[in-house]
Amino acid sequence: MKKFLGFVKKEFLHIFRDYRTLFILFGIPAAQILIFGFAVSTDIKNAGVAVLDLSHDEITRQLSEKIISSGFFKSTGSLLNYNDIDRTFKKGKTKAVIVFEKDFGQKLINEGNASLNIIADGSEPNTATLVTNYITAIVRDFNSELAGPAPNNSVRIKPEVKMFYNPNLKSPFMFVPGVITLILILICALMTSVTITREKEFGTMEVLLVSPLRPVQIILGKVMPYFILSFINVILILILSWFVFGLPVKGSMALLLAESMLYILMSLTLGILISTVSSTMQQAIFISLIGLMLPTVLLSGFIFPIENMPKVYDYVSMILPPRYFIVIIKNIMIKGTGILYIWKETLILIAMTVIFVGLSVRNFKIRLE
Amino acid sequence: MENKVIIVKNLVKKFGNFVANDNLNFEVSGGEIFGFLGANGAGKTTALRILSGLSKPSSGEVSVAGYDAYKQTELIKKNIGYMCQKFSLYEDLTVRENIILYGGIYGMSKSLIRERLTELLSKLRFREYENRIIADLPLGLRQKLAFSVAVLHEPRIVFLDEPTGGVDPVTRRQFWEMIYETASRGITVFVTTHYMDEAEYCDRISIMNEGKIVALDTPANLKKQYNASSVEEVFIKIARPNL
Repeated sequence: MKKFLGFVKKEFLHIFRDYRTLFILFGIPAAQILIFGFAVSTDIKNAGVAVLDLSHDEITRQLSEKIISSGFFKSTGSLLNYNDIDRTFKKGKTKAVIVFEKDFGQKLINEGNASLNIIADGSEPNTATLVTNYITAIVRDFNSELAGPAPNNSVRIKPEVKMFYNPNLKSPFMFVPGVITLILILICALMTSVTITREKEFGTMEVLLVSPLRPVQIILGKVMPYFILSFINVILILILSWFVFGLPVKGSMALLLAESMLYILMSLTLGILISTVSSTMQQAIFISLIGLMLPTVLLSGFIFPIENMPKVYDYVSMILPPRYFIVIIKNIMIKGTGILYIWKETLILIAMTVIFVGLSVRNFKIRLE
Repeated sequence: MENKVIIVKNLVKKFGNFVANDNLNFEVSGGEIFGFLGANGAGKTTALRILSGLSKPSSGEVSVAGYDAYKQTELIKKNIGYMCQKFSLYEDLTVRENIILYGGIYGMSKSLIRERLTELLSKLRFREYENRIIADLPLGLRQKLAFSVAVLHEPRIVFLDEPTGGVDPVTRRQFWEMIYETASRGITVFVTTHYMDEAEYCDRISIMNEGKIVALDTPANLKKQYNASSVEEVFIKIARPNL
């Protein structure tokens, strides 16, 4: 055990002495979160809004003014008819069009009911969602102003939201779970495969194998620091996304951390497997980056929903571990569900870990002979 | 001095149909410097791996430091030291950290490691380098340090796999002085090399060709037997009989 701890300590020294490793371990995740986070900004400022007012009365004027002057939007003009909507969207400046139905004010006063259409540019799903949410909120506010202090506010404007181009907006941009999924598998697999092939390349692996350390101890000793650091990484990412973006964990924190550990373990064993098939560091880096990063970004459901993919890609993505972890982490973080809903994915990850360990042991034995 | 630290009888190692070691027989005594020569691909590395407990023989008897190479590889590993041609220290660790690491791996106590460390640093006039990382050290110093680390735990045998590759003649000379000093303490030195002048320094040498040991004796006897003026000539006569 003492031997083993000394060996683990040495691995930590390698990591802390190499600023590149440290950067990959902690710099990249933080950068990813911030980049993804701000690229998918949750603030709206000066979003272009156009108004198609078919009624032209006092109330529509007030309401449009209230929306435009809220500070979130700027007017990109008034439209004359429905045909203009598509045209303004295509110009690109306008994020949403507000349509007041004919006789809006009159209906509101006479019938206590009028409807208003909010049409958003669904080609930018996030902005579209945000813009419609903001406008809806303003309309709601306007509603209660109109109704005055009277509790039985009979006057109602019903905002109806419609998305152009991408009507059901099925991919709410859940970037934090996606980034965690991507980062963990990349870092764990990349780092372990590189650190093990480095020993091979420098010839120190020979010396270690000849030493009284058992092969299992060597591998565990090399992987252990990355396990610990990756786990710290998960916590840091969660803290960061909570402070910067206010993203809470809805479900059980303990379950989330336990599932993360499983996923880290799986990624580490994958890294070990990669190291057994590559003899140089370049090879290991190549396999990890090309073999893991691209499929994870494109096929795991991180950005593009799997439901919308051709069936072939769906099948391909089934062998990708991130696909399952994304489901797990989204369920826990966003929906707040428990293990009952994710036991299948959990089992698949466990099975994958076992398979990777088995294959690594087999390859390692072949190499030793 | 009949303490045989390495006993090899009828050692055969096969990979499929390929016979890498074909019926090897030799013994090495305690404190002996044993040169293990052979052209590339002659089977040296395979034999070395078996002797150091990395792989198991196909058949035959092999005993290293009194332990069986089939069943007691873990005990063999504890009692040998190993230094390979590729540099075996960690370049991003300091001299001190490397020594503590290897001492720890071989199960030495902290106080013993510290004692050896001080001893070593003063012997090699290395004190100023104690807290420098290996990458900053000149190659010659690294090589000497690697050797000192390989015998840090006072093994029965130390295996040196082409230890002086890429080292200048002066350092090689100093390196061999260290080997002599180590052998005089009773540690057996088992060395493979491509430098034939180094072979002359060995007590005995064996020459392998195509998986077999074709010559084994003291350098002087071999030269006499092959009517050669140097070990290099002996080697060429054996490895390339047609030249």
